[in-house]
Amino acid sequence: MTTADIAAGPPPRTRRERPTLTAVITWVAAGCFVAVILGVLASVVVQSFATTWRGGWWPAGLTATWYGRAWSSTGMSQALANTAQAGVAVVVIALLAGVPAGYLLARRAFPGRSVVMLLMLLPIILPPMTYAVQLAALMYRVGLGGSMTAVVLVNLVPTLPLVVLIMVPFVEQISPEVENAARVFGANNLRLFSRVLVPLLLPGMLAAGILVLVRTLGAFELTFFVSAADTQTLVVALFGAISDPGGVPGPLTAAMAVTYMLVAVLGLAVSLRFVTPSQAIRQRHR
Amino acid sequence: MTLTAEPGTPATTAPPRPPQPLRHRLAERGVDWTLLLILPAVLIIGALFVYPFLYGLSISFQPLEGGDPLANYTDFFGDPYLRDSIWKTLRLAVPVAVLSVAAAAPLAFRMRRDFPGRRIVTLVVLLPLTFGSVLIAQGMTQVFSPTGWTNLLLTSLGVPQQQFIYNYTGTFIATTLVSIPFAFVMLMGFFGGIDRSIEDAAATLGASRAARFWRIIMPLAVPGLITAFTLCLVEAFAVFPSAILVGQPDNATHVLTLPIYQAASQRSDYPAAAAIAVVMTVLELVILGVLMLLRNRLYRGPATGGKG
Amino acid sequence: MSVAEQTTGAGTQGSTFGSLQMRQVSRWYGKTAALTDLDLELAHGEFVALLGPSGCGKSTALACLAGLQPLTTGSIWRDGKRIDSLPADKRGFGMVFQSYALFPHLTVARNVEFGLSMRKVPRAERRRRAQAALDLVQLADHAGKLPSQLSGGQQQRVAIARALAIDPEIVLMDEPLSNLDAALRIEMRTEIKRLYQERELSVLYVTHDQEEALSLATRLVVLRGGRLEQSGTPEQVYTQPASAYVAGFMGYRNMISARVEQVESDPRRVCVVAGDLWLQGTADPAAGLRAGSEVMVAIRPEDIVPGRAGVNDVPALAEVVEYHGRELAVRARTERGVVLHFRTEKPVAAGARVTLGAPEERVLVFPAEGRAEVPDDAHG
Ligand SMILES: Nc1ncnc2c1ncn2[C@@H]1O[C@H](COP(=O)(O)OP(=O)(O)OP(=O)(O)O)[C@@H](O)[C@H]1O
Ligand SMILES: [Mg+2]
Repeated sequence: MTTADIAAGPPPRTRRERPTLTAVITWVAAGCFVAVILGVLASVVVQSFATTWRGGWWPAGLTATWYGRAWSSTGMSQALANTAQAGVAVVVIALLAGVPAGYLLARRAFPGRSVVMLLMLLPIILPPMTYAVQLAALMYRVGLGGSMTAVVLVNLVPTLPLVVLIMVPFVEQISPEVENAARVFGANNLRLFSRVLVPLLLPGMLAAGILVLVRTLGAFELTFFVSAADTQTLVVALFGAISDPGGVPGPLTAAMAVTYMLVAVLGLAVSLRFVTPSQAIRQRHR
Repeated sequence: MTLTAEPGTPATTAPPRPPQPLRHRLAERGVDWTLLLILPAVLIIGALFVYPFLYGLSISFQPLEGGDPLANYTDFFGDPYLRDSIWKTLRLAVPVAVLSVAAAAPLAFRMRRDFPGRRIVTLVVLLPLTFGSVLIAQGMTQVFSPTGWTNLLLTSLGVPQQQFIYNYTGTFIATTLVSIPFAFVMLMGFFGGIDRSIEDAAATLGASRAARFWRIIMPLAVPGLITAFTLCLVEAFAVFPSAILVGQPDNATHVLTLPIYQAASQRSDYPAAAAIAVVMTVLELVILGVLMLLRNRLYRGPATGGKG
Repeated sequence: MSVAEQTTGAGTQGSTFGSLQMRQVSRWYGKTAALTDLDLELAHGEFVALLGPSGCGKSTALACLAGLQPLTTGSIWRDGKRIDSLPADKRGFGMVFQSYALFPHLTVARNVEFGLSMRKVPRAERRRRAQAALDLVQLADHAGKLPSQLSGGQQQRVAIARALAIDPEIVLMDEPLSNLDAALRIEMRTEIKRLYQERELSVLYVTHDQEEALSLATRLVVLRGGRLEQSGTPEQVYTQPASAYVAGFMGYRNMISARVEQVESDPRRVCVVAGDLWLQGTADPAAGLRAGSEVMVAIRPEDIVPGRAGVNDVPALAEVVEYHGRELAVRARTERGVVLHFRTEKPVAAGARVTLGAPEERVLVFPAEGRAEVPDDAHG
């Protein structure tokens, strides 16, 4: 090889793969999908600022008054308060019960472990409609029907297993050696828990908590069958408003929906900072 | 450890040891007090999931009017309108699941590579999952209405106006919009789990891009695709709010959840509702069982090619 | 398996290979450089060992050569043809991956056959050659298993068999023996050497093991932080390391910080001092050492001779004595605390007083570097 050969070579070019046909199709399809999603969401936002909007590209006039009206209408503020209350309660209970269970399932082999695993998988795999009605019937039977307690309890069914199944891989990735080392250096159970496990598990707990919150915000079926007018959450109120077009003006419903969207998207954005979605869901379906 | 000594080998005849305390023996099998940590979770799921199932099963055999314990079931299967809801559900759920996996798989496959905007794309695709079908339906009533943006766009392109909502199409679109992200999230996990160096190895052995896809990626991804399809199908099978909000609930989208809803919320006939829910659960479990069986007959194992 | 199977080198011309070159290749991962302006050549029939501490870019260099990583700058040439835009599947190299990268869904036999079936080798032929490759790595009994059912070392041998089954002219191996036990490693090493000779392979071989590199390679290349540090025959690199860094890698266990006392009229000969240690050593005149320069002195344990009456004699106290079979490895300390490692066949007890010396041409003096980053795993 001489320097002349180098000069004779083709000019340097960065390797850039030619887009294949499948790639083009994929991106076009994905573009359409994203466009529809954004269109659907945008229309809700636009509608919430519309004086009236009976069709056409753009509403006749814009106003922000619907938000004020939505807020002052009793149903809305009540629903928002209910949602917050139920969300916090569900997150706290699900974490308190789910984290220890997830820890144990990850660390220990005990008789019946696979049964417990299945028990945690089923409520996530089976859609809520398969058990929502029976659960509601039971709640009414024991006298909890329509109460806030019932709303919190039913929402634990899909979310508690979610916490468990997120925590299991999180615990597994912490080497047991770390715990052994802590013990060797004199940590008792409490110190092991507070100084070693909690700090290590904190990201997982945060991620799980936020996913639970987002799910509780969006859980429709379970809350729908068990809540009463004064205990319903935002989505249920929203469903009521949409399915009864005569009662509530469209823009008012839209204002409610936008409020709900803001709350939910905040949750999603925060949760994505801590956990990749596939991490959470992949574990669901081992 | 067994202490039964071989006959004729005195060296191993240990003196009979006192049996280990029970606590010790249980601990060896993983049973000790820390196991109590799992109790709250098991109790909650037992009381709020398993028990309601059994409770629902038992009340489904106690019709409100009394009489034949099977009345709720014979009513459901005897009434062609109710019975047909099974077919209407399948007619909706199967195409939705197929389309979702077919659309999500190529996108999820490309997501393995890091590219600018990956986070944004992921976020947008995931929005429907966060918002749920109620909100999607709310937006659809505007976007897909006869004078909504979609039809305005179509007419400006010279396509005649279409009826997109309050029929099968409406529910189909709404369900698909939520189902694609669901499939996408799962498949991203499955594809992400396929070690890139395996593909590299295939390339150095002379496998072209197509060969790498069909001989390496696909065999490893098929179990994931089946799982994603199954769970999409199971979800879509239980479609509920969008069948009412953007569908034609008394006819084309009279899916299995609607008689449940009508019995429970409109007639307060919980036994009848529970009976239909039991039917639905059984169907769901059959779908799950059959497809998972199929999946397990195919390769199932790690998708990494060695250490690391 | 014969050398002349025409099915090798999928897509590339049938003509035998002359040389493979990397010219001024840089590879950046985001903001960090894994390779910087690296020139590397593999000529026909060469066995090049690529050495360097963990993270210095060896795997990256291999991936770039194989076409698995795009180059940030630079080019790759084969026999005067530029190939850096040729996809990996058209290059026809055999490659053993550091992480094995076995296909988890295929049996061992099918893994080994994979490259052959890509070359459309008829089935019977494929079977035969895969079987032969598996025999070579002593895994014929495991042909029907899945990779996950094999031990780490067995998986590694499957990876080797898979790379060799396609009868490549160029083989890239990334620490192919790292996971084997000592006996098997030596056996496989011999096997690789035999194949290399019999099939006239050209091999680029990454290893951390100095002994492996010396025994296999016809040329050594030492990388440092993505750059070429030294390239030469094993003997050159072993006896005349270009820097303290390379010396540390090549078994110069005594690395002593010192100061130049005097440079003789022959600029190759310098006198250095470290504590109570006064040494006559050899330096590269190009290093431009002068009195007062901070230097690093490198001496191999084998080159220190106990009881030798010569220029570099120093009394010391044997501290630790390790039994290594034929000889003893001793750590001794001089009065002012300089630690010296040496080897001897004569019995020495811990606590014994010894006099140590070393020939001045084996006392290598290098300019001191900011911080002597001497890889600690380099010692054989
Ligand atoms: N995909 C990647 N993204 C970012 N940095 C990377 C990536 N792969 C390698 N690097 C970095 O490039 C450098 C060189 O890595 P490389 O794998 O080539 O090291 P190596 O010499 O093979 O090390 P080892 O002996 O441990 O295998 C390292 O600093 C590493 O952190
Ligand atoms: Mg490496």
